[in-house]
Amino acid sequence: MSSASQANEHVAHHFESAEQQRQSAQLGMWAFLVTEVMFFSGLFAAYIIYRSLYPEAWTVGSHMLSIGLGGFNTIILLCSSLTMALAVHAAQTDKRGASARWIILTIVLGLAFLGVKMVEYSAKIEHHLVPGAHFHLDPAQELANLQAAGVQVGDHLRHAMETVNTAHVQLFFSLYFAITGLHALHMIIGIGVMIWLLKTTIEGRYSSAYINPVEVSGLYWHFVDIVWIFLFPLLYLVGRH
Amino acid sequence: MSEASTNATATAAPKSYLDDGSTIRSWLLTIDHKRIAILYLISITIFFALGAFAAAAFRLELLTPQGDFLSAETYNKFFTMHGIVMIFFFLLPSIPAVMGNFLIPIMIGAKDMAFPRLNLLSWYVFMAGAGLAISAIIAGGVDTGWTFYTPYSSMYANSHVILAVTGAFIAGFSSIMTGLNIIVTVQKMRAPGLTWFRLPLFVWSMYATSLVVLLGTPVVAISLAMIFVERFLGFGIFDPALGGDPVLFQHIFWFYSHPAVYIMILPSMGVISEVIACFSRRRVYGYTFVAFSSLAIAVIGFFVWGHHMFVSGQSAYAGVIFSFLTFFVAIPTAIKIINWIMTMHKGSISFDAPMLYAFGFLGLFLVGGLTGLFLSTMATDVHLHDTYFVVSHFHYVMVGGGVMGFFAALHYWWPKMMGRMYPEGWAKFAAIVIFIGFNLTFLPQFQMGYHGMPRRYHAYAPEFQIMHVMSTAGASVMGAGYLTMFSYLIWSLFKGKKASANPWDSRGLEWETACPPPTHNFLETPVVTQDAYSFDLPSVTCVLEKKDKPEEHRV
Amino acid sequence: MKSVFSLLPEQASTVAGQVDAIYLFLVAVSIFCMIFAGLLVLVFSIRYRRRAGVESEQPHEDSRLEIFAGVCMLVLLMTLFGWGAKVYFHSVRPPADAMEIMVTGKQWMWKLQHPQGKREINELHVPVGRPIQLTMTSEDVIHSFFIPAFRIKQDVLPGRYTRLWFEATKVGKYHLFCAEYCGTEHSMMGGWVTVMTPADYERWLGGEVAPIAGAPQETPAQLGEKLFAQLGCTACHSGAPGSLGPDLAGLPGSTVKFTDGTQAVADDDYLRESILDAQTHIVEGYLPVMPVFRGTVNEDQVIQLIAYIKSLSGGAH
Ligand code: HEA
Ligand code: HEA
Ligand code: HEC
Ligand code: CUA
Ligand SMILES: [Cu+2]
Repeated sequence: MSSASQANEHVAHHFESAEQQRQSAQLGMWAFLVTEVMFFSGLFAAYIIYRSLYPEAWTVGSHMLSIGLGGFNTIILLCSSLTMALAVHAAQTDKRGASARWIILTIVLGLAFLGVKMVEYSAKIEHHLVPGAHFHLDPAQELANLQAAGVQVGDHLRHAMETVNTAHVQLFFSLYFAITGLHALHMIIGIGVMIWLLKTTIEGRYSSAYINPVEVSGLYWHFVDIVWIFLFPLLYLVGRH
Repeated sequence: MSEASTNATATAAPKSYLDDGSTIRSWLLTIDHKRIAILYLISITIFFALGAFAAAAFRLELLTPQGDFLSAETYNKFFTMHGIVMIFFFLLPSIPAVMGNFLIPIMIGAKDMAFPRLNLLSWYVFMAGAGLAISAIIAGGVDTGWTFYTPYSSMYANSHVILAVTGAFIAGFSSIMTGLNIIVTVQKMRAPGLTWFRLPLFVWSMYATSLVVLLGTPVVAISLAMIFVERFLGFGIFDPALGGDPVLFQHIFWFYSHPAVYIMILPSMGVISEVIACFSRRRVYGYTFVAFSSLAIAVIGFFVWGHHMFVSGQSAYAGVIFSFLTFFVAIPTAIKIINWIMTMHKGSISFDAPMLYAFGFLGLFLVGGLTGLFLSTMATDVHLHDTYFVVSHFHYVMVGGGVMGFFAALHYWWPKMMGRMYPEGWAKFAAIVIFIGFNLTFLPQFQMGYHGMPRRYHAYAPEFQIMHVMSTAGASVMGAGYLTMFSYLIWSLFKGKKASANPWDSRGLEWETACPPPTHNFLETPVVTQDAYSFDLPSVTCVLEKKDKPEEHRV
Repeated sequence: MKSVFSLLPEQASTVAGQVDAIYLFLVAVSIFCMIFAGLLVLVFSIRYRRRAGVESEQPHEDSRLEIFAGVCMLVLLMTLFGWGAKVYFHSVRPPADAMEIMVTGKQWMWKLQHPQGKREINELHVPVGRPIQLTMTSEDVIHSFFIPAFRIKQDVLPGRYTRLWFEATKVGKYHLFCAEYCGTEHSMMGGWVTVMTPADYERWLGGEVAPIAGAPQETPAQLGEKLFAQLGCTACHSGAPGSLGPDLAGLPGSTVKFTDGTQAVADDDYLRESILDAQTHIVEGYLPVMPVFRGTVNEDQVIQLIAYIKSLSGGAH
């Protein structure tokens, strides 16, 4: 038993050393992220099965999503991963002020993502694309709208629009809302964690000797971003060809 | 080893964890893994009583073929509550959250779990989940069966499905927190000298269990969340009218719930390894095989879920693959059973109550496992699926295996947890009564199952009555056994003989500290110098005491 | 009726004996394992019980026993698997000449319809010695059609057809149960299967045994024909050259090509889907103009329409 580690006030009573504590925290977060992967995997399984059953509904569904907003959000999240990484780096090098600033930026980007998501959701609600009794989709009308707007409608899309069963498009939207909703919930939790991290950073709890919470929260934030990196192509792009 | 020396050091030791604070607050806000284990023990005892009450009620109903005691609706609500409470709120947390929590840090020479606050949080989350599920019962009950099959659960049932589903969902997170804690604790907090192959087999099996928890629980959580979305938000996911597939729910559900049965049995298997070794005074035969068979069961268990769905309308070829893979789980299980029996060979066997429960486990789990083979053989399962044969199979494995293992553990480590001995004579008596009652309850169910008695039947064809009467009689005997056990355990808390640090003269770090242990388990981090189950060597304390000054090491 | 204490329940179908053979084998294996394990435990308990002055002996690491046991188990288990799968495949593949009876499950009753038009509820009358195929669907939740004496069972799903077949071997009356939990009256959702001699069956069909009050005596195909006209299907599917929709004669069982290049065999599920949601697959050379009939026709009517379409090809039963 080393007396040096005991001198470190950050080592909790039940750990032998700062190193043991750090490794435990990291392993714990990785294990947690594995459970998160499994959590999303149930929804992805449903997604894959229904997509293989009803490809044309997926084509139509992904055309109803706004690729501009989705792409914009992807960029926002990529940036937030960068700011998060910088926040961790700053904390590691004992730059408390810089760390706090990067965390603030991360929070702002996270909120921006949610804001854009809200715009997207409300557009879907106005469009009666929320599954359930009020769901309404007229593929012929949509096709006409697209053409009127001067969009180049490919054969693939035209065919899908002509033959799609709108019930199956409802399935697409059920999964769209379930998956993006779950992801948004993770973002909200992530922002909560960031606010706590900001507070504790400003209080000066972290130094190069002890930054476990910063590192571990960073891992979580990156994970939530990565989930979106999968969601964006699966929901917005795959059906488009 | 000399008892006197242990007692001498024990008196010099700091207060035991039980005496370290007696206010309610000191219990409800504790981050001591041992106290959290006790909180869990109290909670699951209450839930077991609730589940048993439901069982008693519907067993009484089944005395007569017509549904005259309970209405059909009440009957359905009762077996649903019985299933949900027994599985999610009793058996799943039983050994992992009580025994695992209490013992793992001590067994590996750590002061606490890796994340003590997460540990306490897991209990609160568990209670919140249980609270929701119970509020569903108070609000009027749920009648979907514990399997929540769609579209019945999501579109047709008129009962409080949402509350129950949310409760089970939340309880899942509590399991995840415990599992996470166990993995990290075992991986990162072992005492110096405690290599993987010196670990007690209980720790190995808890590690394997936790892997299953981490990989499986989130999947059932999401399947329950999908029911929530479909029922509450009205988004069709499994709705056949939208082209959705109700069988998809069954796939996702069983992807977790089959591995979950190993969450219920692996910890018991770990306990049986400890108990048989201790009461045979012999190292477990084929230690490495037993250790790795836990991992093998955990891994293979993830690829067999479709055996619950042979007649569900999944493709016949999928069924064949699932049947094929299912048979492979039997091999590591059989190896364990053989190795336990071989552990007794050339041992020095005594028949204390924990050992009697271990014998009960061996016999009943063997029957349960073998009848599992009847169900994984496709041709026979077509006939047996959803009959009482299945009901009996899973009670043999879950009660005969899971619960007997829990009782063995409870008796074996009772002195360690409570610092008091239970009355041995009464304990043996209860063990025998429970064993007899159990067989009387469930053996007739195999027979009526093969004769075609479907499960979840409130009223049934009159020719099955005689078997049902035997079954209810058995349940009453078993109930008497449970009540006896409950009574003497409570009695022993106040009047039991004070336990010495190592009443069974066993091996393992948990027996190297006082009974009950002090708050941080050991005064100094122990150093491990020998393999698990070294019954040919004196217990570690003595070795260390000879080497160094005793007070520098541990209590 | 056999007593529940007898080892085996009544055997009344061709597969029952095969299933029972596996069952008996399994019982024998289980009893052998239990006796073997029980004896070992008993002998060790006596021989190695704790006695003063006698110490236990520690085991050596040695993997021969485990490997031997593992290999023995593997052989036994693969035998079981193979045998079980063989009987299973036999029991799920209906012979081509099976008589087809349509079954619809709903909370909480079974509705059955014979090819000759006779309908019944919670009762099934079948001739002995003739393969029978049940084509089943549900109007609401999942049910399961279970006849213990025949050792057969199959879940009945909404939105799909599942099949079950059997050949009864013994005249008598047997239980019919719903085996999948389906709500409050799940335990009441059942009745009887009556196996009759072919002559009795013909007489029963002819109505000497009183039919269910008010049930029409027309065959499903005849009912389907009426519906076909009523719903206006004839407008497009008259078979005349130049009609909007394809000629349906000869369709069942053939391979259909779609506009998106894929193709499928026109089985019952395909026909059902084409009628309810014509838009899902568009037949090559046609336009997506056929209306959606989901909500307009119920499962029974779909079954009748299918029966009619099959009868157009002549080969139908
Ligand atoms: C603790 C829980 C538990 C355990 C351990 C098991 C273990 C097994 N179960 Fe069970 N099972 C359940 C709990 C469990 N089960 C539950 C709850 C259900 C029903 C759920 C519901 O529908 O509500 C179920 C249902 C169920 C089904 C579906 C039945 C149906 O609904 O149609 C099947 C089918 O294959 C099955 C198979 C098996 C198999 C092959 C094992 C194997 O793991 C068993 C392996 C063990 C052995 C094979 C014994 C080996 C030993 C020897 C061979 C001894 C040799 C030694 C000597 C001779 C000395 N189980
Ligand atoms: C850990 C899990 C666990 C445990 C411990 C038990 C314990 C028991 N179970 Fe249960 N059981 C399940 C898990 C469990 N069960 C599950 C998952 C289902 C499926 C649910 C579903 O279909 O969804 C099920 C279903 C189930 C059924 C089938 C119901 C049906 O399909 O219609 C039956 C029938 O006998 C039964 C009986 C019993 C009995 C007698 C006990 C006994 O061990 C309980 C003993 C206790 C008492 C009997 C009460 C205390 C005694 C007294 C107060 C004395 C007086 C007693 C009498 C007068 C009878 N259980
Ligand atoms: C407005 C015209 C129209 C009506 C009315 C109509 N159909 Fe059709 N039907 C079509 C067309 C066009 C097709 C081919 C394109 C397609 O697959 O949707 C078709 C296809 C089908 C097919 C699949 C044929 C194949 O070759 O695969 C079936 C079966 C069918 N119809 C049955 C019916 C039945 C039964 C009704 C009445 C309840 C009906 N149709 C009413 C126009 C119609
Ligand atoms: Cu229908 Cu049970
Ligand atoms: Cu299983």
